[in-house]
Amino acid sequence: MADLQEGGSGENIWSRRNVLGLGGWLGIIGALNAGGAALVAMLFPRVLFEPPTSFKVGPPATFNVGEVSERFMKDYRVWIVREESGFYALSGICTHLGCTPRWLGPENKFKCPCHGSGFRRDGTNFEGPAPRPLERVKIVRADDGQIQIDKAVKFRKELGEWTKPGSYLKFSGNA
Amino acid sequence: MPDLQKPAKQSLADRIATSAVWRSIFRHGYADTPRNRVLQVSANVWLHLHPSKVRRHGIRYRHTWCAGGLTFLLYLVTVVTGVILMFYYRPTQEFAYFDIKYLDFDIPFGILMRNMHRWAAHGMIIFIWLHMFRVFMTGSYKPPREFNWVVGVNLLVLTMLMSFTGYLLPWDQLAIWAVTVGTNMARATPLLGHEGPFGPELGMSPRYDVRALLLGGSIVGPPALMRFYVLHCIFIPIVVSILMILHFWRVRKDGGISGPL
Repeated sequence: MADLQEGGSGENIWSRRNVLGLGGWLGIIGALNAGGAALVAMLFPRVLFEPPTSFKVGPPATFNVGEVSERFMKDYRVWIVREESGFYALSGICTHLGCTPRWLGPENKFKCPCHGSGFRRDGTNFEGPAPRPLERVKIVRADDGQIQIDKAVKFRKELGEWTKPGSYLKFSGNA
Repeated sequence: MPDLQKPAKQSLADRIATSAVWRSIFRHGYADTPRNRVLQVSANVWLHLHPSKVRRHGIRYRHTWCAGGLTFLLYLVTVVTGVILMFYYRPTQEFAYFDIKYLDFDIPFGILMRNMHRWAAHGMIIFIWLHMFRVFMTGSYKPPREFNWVVGVNLLVLTMLMSFTGYLLPWDQLAIWAVTVGTNMARATPLLGHEGPFGPELGMSPRYDVRALLLGGSIVGPPALMRFYVLHCIFIPIVVSILMILHFWRVRKDGGISGPL
């Protein structure tokens, strides 16, 4: 039958039907992919209505030496701890599976109600399933003298980050 | 012609059966013939799922425990009671917890519906495991039924996801922390979690990874409640229903309820 083809060399040339068919399928696949991508994008909102990660907690004098302040736990989930030589801020997220530990003052430890992980005052884990210490978050003096916390910046002890600037706010006195 | 014009002794049943309304619904009468009796079984929309031939040992409870059937029955219970609960429950931060309280303490039979939903869900999980145990012990996962085993494993996972998503909806402390723990595991998802293997390398962050997709944010908050509600009430039940249809159909096509082929 080959001799019936016009020009005799049409075998390897795509017919109009092939081209349009391929184009149609590419269009369908492209549209489905674009739709899928749009769906995934739609599931990640641009704005999250969650508490801000950076906030001020007031001047240093509002904290007592030797106190683990729970004033900002409810809204921001951080403890502010004041020592003789300064401040640090501990994230209230258990390093086991993310519950909120409780500060048990008389026992001088943080204790997670979910699976019993225990952390010392400085955040180091010592009992239960938690694999690593509580994370510290950035704590600095703002220009107006208040203490500024930034939860987006985290310091992990096991990575040696508790000596980095911002992980500890040196302070002594009453200013 | 002459016959139709004799309405003299027509009974009430006959008059209904020949009325235009009746004839519009049932196009023709039912001739009680042996052939129709067979068709009634083999072409019935409900019975067509059932094998046309059941082996005697196959229907012994000792053999199947009816575990799969009971799982399906409990699923139907959760669907019916769940739809009833949806009349009162609002999946928002302001109302969710108090709607559950309202259901429990004020709405007539609300506590009954809620507990039926809860216990049917628990029972469904228990009976799925019994069903899988039975299928495993009787060797019913072997060819030609191996594909139906795969469908069944998918149904198991989806059923547990329904339990997990439903767990958040009461919006109490237990729910929030259980889901916090559960979704924190999603951080470690390979490739798609920001703490999982190859996750950070692929650009996953706490803000954009599979956990954030599930929660609609970075914490278990109102967006997570809404997402879990939609997954629990709409998305997963539809997928589960489709897979159940496939599962039951394949039971028939693969040689009926367990037994040597």
